[in-house]
Amino acid sequence: MTTAALPSLVTILPEIVLAGGALVLILVGAFQGLRSINLVNGAAFAILIVAALAALSQVSQTQMAFNGSFVVDDFARFMKVVTLLGAAATLALAIDEMSQERYKLFELAILVLLSSLGMLLMISANDLIALYIGLELSSLALYVLAAIDRNNAKASEAGLKYFVLGALSSGMLLYGASLVYGFTGTVNFAGIAAAVKGGAGSGLMFGLIFLMAGLAFKISAVPFHMWTPDVYEGAPTPVTAYFAATNKIAAMALTTRLLIQGFGPDVVEWRQIVVFISIASMALGSFAAIGQRNLKRLMAYSSIGHVGYALVGLSAGTQDGVNGVLVYMAIYMAMTVGTFACILAMRTKDGPVESIDDLAGLSKSQPAFAFVLMALMFSLAGVPPLAGFWAKWYVFSAAVDAGLVPLAVIGFLASVVGAYYYLRIVKVMYFDDGPARFLPLSGVLKAMLAISGVAVILFGLIPSPIVTAAAAAAKSLF
Amino acid sequence: MTIGLTHYLTVAAILFTLGVFGIFLNRKNIILIMMCVELILLAVNINLVAFSAFRGDILGQVYALLILTVAAAEAAIGLAILVVYFRNRGTIAVEDVNMMRG
Repeated sequence: MTTAALPSLVTILPEIVLAGGALVLILVGAFQGLRSINLVNGAAFAILIVAALAALSQVSQTQMAFNGSFVVDDFARFMKVVTLLGAAATLALAIDEMSQERYKLFELAILVLLSSLGMLLMISANDLIALYIGLELSSLALYVLAAIDRNNAKASEAGLKYFVLGALSSGMLLYGASLVYGFTGTVNFAGIAAAVKGGAGSGLMFGLIFLMAGLAFKISAVPFHMWTPDVYEGAPTPVTAYFAATNKIAAMALTTRLLIQGFGPDVVEWRQIVVFISIASMALGSFAAIGQRNLKRLMAYSSIGHVGYALVGLSAGTQDGVNGVLVYMAIYMAMTVGTFACILAMRTKDGPVESIDDLAGLSKSQPAFAFVLMALMFSLAGVPPLAGFWAKWYVFSAAVDAGLVPLAVIGFLASVVGAYYYLRIVKVMYFDDGPARFLPLSGVLKAMLAISGVAVILFGLIPSPIVTAAAAAAKSLF
Repeated sequence: MTIGLTHYLTVAAILFTLGVFGIFLNRKNIILIMMCVELILLAVNINLVAFSAFRGDILGQVYALLILTVAAAEAAIGLAILVVYFRNRGTIAVEDVNMMRG
């Protein structure tokens, strides 16, 4: 009995680290109150790093736990490491921000741990029940995180909007899950794939459409993106960074696994849905951001667009396509963390600012900061030889190989339109005269800017660590 | 007339649609939206239990129990956020939830 149970505990080592750590830190926080805030924050950061190392150290072969509802393969390990690194980086930003802002709560770090635990569960979910539990565990913590600045009317409105629309999307996802269960008789992805192979009826397709509607909300893809700009603008900036850099990646991993492993035999049917979502997201992300003056709102539209590009790779439905999605999400995480570190660094002596016009003249007053932000903007726009270009290269070439040439062309055109608003930020920094003069950057912000800047610039020169890992990860899914 | 699977699924589909329309058409207050969310989740539970009984498979009922548990947690968190919102704005009318636009 015990010999059979032990291997499954090693399989879920990163999750055990996060769950145990979060529970201990809640107790510490409850007994010590605000005095323990530095201890809790530091320990939470260390726990995220330890969990990432635990995920890295797991053996590179597919293992199941809990009667096949939880799977650890190279795909899960890759996505877990990316998610946990994103979580650690944004938690560091949040700790730095908390030392200056009005809200000072030890709960923030614990909620980050709990939602990261939910995300790991989403990445490893291998049946519809684990999928739902993971999704809710991360979402419930994220609703609270959005409203964590509780004296700020904008933040609580963001939390409320996120909660209402998130609950609605969970409901749609569950309705889809119930139909899939009813028409296949199983909740396991492999079982669903076997049932789909025997012929997908209209009931099953209905279920898939509702499931995709719920998941499109979580990755904030059109037509379920309405919450994104408001929540990104209203939530505290480090929390927004956390939404963009981790939740989206875990939800993307979940979508990929569900479509490839659960509905893999029926790729012709779901490809139409994914192609539609992808084109709509790319178009909206490009055009709607043009009129935005608020950087956080602009990043929300940018994130909608980037999900569209990543979905181009998924709609290929091939191993190369999944490889593209993995590389895209890893690079997107680095770019997002860097950009939000820049937004957090925009702090004058009157408080934080977040309008594009506040950046005017930055190249003269803080040339290094302006240079990193320029590199990140060029990368987000997809200008070669920066990382963002290679991310798009992998997904578009996979789509072309799968015969989806029109989709790749539309993606290319959308990224040309999108380049306008990224380059406008560079223009404001370098060619407009203005009084941009921000307070000196803290050590954490400097480190984040340096790391993301180096990652974005060097990826084109030494892509092999990420690309080989992603290739192995994509292989494990087929 | 015997009550079969189709009848249960129809009831669940009607409840689900009522819940979704309730969220979008309701212009009064947010408590009603939360009630609509519960309606959606319960419609799903009817679906799952009906399928489970029809197929003679216990898994659907396990799923339904888990959904009930999570729905309770979700309602608690939603009401907590609503209390925070009410403290800041002094209203829970849906048409006032519009500080951010554009």
